[in-house]
Amino acid sequence: MTTTPSPQPAPARIELLRFTTAGSVDDGKSTLIGRLLHDSKSIFEDQLEALQRSSDLTGGGEVNLANLTDGLRAEREQGITIDVAYRYFATPRRKFIVADTPGHVQYTRNMVTGASTANLAVILIDARKGVIEQTRRHAYLASLLGIPHLLVCVNKMDLVDYRQDVFDQIEADFADFGTRLRTQDITFIPVSALKGDNIVERSRHMDWYEGPTLINHLEEVYIANDRNLADGRLPVQYVIRPQTTEHHDFRGFAGQLAGGVFRVGDEVAVLPSGRRSRIKGLHTLEGPIELAYAPMSVAMLLEDEIDISRGDLIVPASNLTHIDTQLDAMLCWMDDQPLNKARKYILKHNTHTVRCMVRNVRHRVNIETLGEEDANGTLALNEIGRCALRTTSPLAFDSYQRNRQTGAFILIDEVSNLTVAAGLIQEPSKPPPAPEFDEYVI
Amino acid sequence: MTQAPIETYSFSHLQALESEAIHIMREVAAEFERPVLLFSGGKDSICLLRLAEKAFHPARFPFPLLNIDTGHNFPELLDFRDRRAAELKAKLIVRTVEDAIAQGIAQPVPGETSRNRLQIPTLLAALEEFRFDAAIGGARRDEEKSRAKERIFSFRDAFGQWDPKSQRPELWNIYNGRIHPGENMRVFPLSNWTEMDVWQYIAREQLDLPTIYFSHPRQVVRRDNQWLPVSDLLPLKPNEDTPTLQVRVRTIGDISCTGCIESEAKTVDDIIHEIAAARVTERGSRADDKRSEAAMEDRKKEGYF
Repeated sequence: MTTTPSPQPAPARIELLRFTTAGSVDDGKSTLIGRLLHDSKSIFEDQLEALQRSSDLTGGGEVNLANLTDGLRAEREQGITIDVAYRYFATPRRKFIVADTPGHVQYTRNMVTGASTANLAVILIDARKGVIEQTRRHAYLASLLGIPHLLVCVNKMDLVDYRQDVFDQIEADFADFGTRLRTQDITFIPVSALKGDNIVERSRHMDWYEGPTLINHLEEVYIANDRNLADGRLPVQYVIRPQTTEHHDFRGFAGQLAGGVFRVGDEVAVLPSGRRSRIKGLHTLEGPIELAYAPMSVAMLLEDEIDISRGDLIVPASNLTHIDTQLDAMLCWMDDQPLNKARKYILKHNTHTVRCMVRNVRHRVNIETLGEEDANGTLALNEIGRCALRTTSPLAFDSYQRNRQTGAFILIDEVSNLTVAAGLIQEPSKPPPAPEFDEYVI
Repeated sequence: MTQAPIETYSFSHLQALESEAIHIMREVAAEFERPVLLFSGGKDSICLLRLAEKAFHPARFPFPLLNIDTGHNFPELLDFRDRRAAELKAKLIVRTVEDAIAQGIAQPVPGETSRNRLQIPTLLAALEEFRFDAAIGGARRDEEKSRAKERIFSFRDAFGQWDPKSQRPELWNIYNGRIHPGENMRVFPLSNWTEMDVWQYIAREQLDLPTIYFSHPRQVVRRDNQWLPVSDLLPLKPNEDTPTLQVRVRTIGDISCTGCIESEAKTVDDIIHEIAAARVTERGSRADDKRSEAAMEDRKKEGYF
């Protein structure tokens, strides 16, 4: 068993997997995470001791695994999770970052937040209730946010006598609408978080199930292809100019690759201006490297002195993005104040900040039925809709479906400075400029 | 262009954490007028310094260092802090709790030995004095439950307070650094690191550390189920035993409440082995967090790091 605590330290080259969990208050989501941490020995004695103390105080007596994750006092008092909480555990093969998000309709904003960086989503279904509206909503959001892997845990199997027909029926029901999701990789596991069946230890009650345990699946799901390594994208964050005698002419365009691969000597274009140059070097503290790939943070040196600043996007000259002031996006509204088309918002796309206005709300997604409906020109907190936006200066972007970084943005309220929406750019009807096309070269 | 086998592009968890932290550092430098990096000489802030070096190399990192000195220190830590800042030719600003008490900015409560709480007003006063709009800190989400919900860019109002119920959502790697005058941002590039990650990074980067992290003989006293260092700041009770043991510290705070653990670990590799087998979290060795379930949440609301 790979998850037995090992006296040996984990090897340095282990992979990182980020996953999100979604479920409603009673699905046992916090119990599931508590169980994962507990059984993978990531809960320490002092944390258990603190739990014991708080359960003694509240008189319950029994240690509640859910209390491990409900960190804020208000949450413990109300017995609910109100915010995204991040949890960490590791096995000898992988380090895991868990974004634990509440499942209420009104917490759509938290689910979207947790899902934005995840490789995998764990969706919990209560075996007694089967696939409900909420399940569909969670799966829809995971698919909308482009999470490549979906893991459906049919929980509380102990309460249905560990029956295979219950599990099979839920799998069939889910598959019915699962075909409409973008997610290709969907796995089903029957579990009992409370009893520990098929979480870390294989269940002794479900001989009919031959698949992996939850932890096995998390350790083995193939994630190397989750990154976009096809489209080279370097959003320029900062220009490094030491201005010392030793590095007199050094101008390093610093950023974290949002996709693809760059090699020294590659011809590149700087968007949105379209100016071209070649990569002279890729610089790190450890010295020059020949090859950079996502998601490395590097500083790129170019052969020509061209004007480049924060917000520009460096791409291969043979693989440009869309460049436009008009774009269509799914907006997930996250603020108490509804979307107001009369106002201007700040749009932050990678490292590029511009102002924008929402010209039109084409439709709203009914989060219960997942159908489209008229939005009356606005979106309220936790609503999702397809909108047409216009920016004050051109953006260089991909569709979200193609690249989860260069296809994403946030909207910020100019007055309150709050983050009011997450935006997922839809593929425009006209194709990006062809490489030979010189319209954008100034 | 991507015909090479996928293994060519492998990326370990340490590379991923490092790249994320460098990205965060650069965002701070680009979006704030007057950032500062909180440097205590402790292991987490030592990692922060290395990441800052990497983010802006070959230029120097574009912010000074700030330390809030409790006056209740391990002397080794201050020596290390000053030496490291000098090596990097970084500007080091030190503001002391002692001065803050003298000026009436910080008010000790009778009977309270630890000065961790008094760091809060001292820090806020220093941020105001230099008009710093962003403070980069080494806090990690795995340290404590209420930290698990803190953002990487954590907004503080004009009173330096954290409001856990109205945090800005943080999506992808896009950070919202916008603030009004007088407000500021705490930024935590190590948010997603665990204690083990920090030690593995120290090993990989061969970072120098204060000697108190390694096993050494020290006179200690047993209080609240942990070994506290005997010092002038900790009045002994009659008949208290003060054995000299082989110990090291896992986390460093005010010396009067920093627990030592018995350990033979003399190298970073020894420590990594020790942590792999550990059964207590590192915060478990801080007496100040033990007082109540919500101890850290309360301190943070007031403006703690």
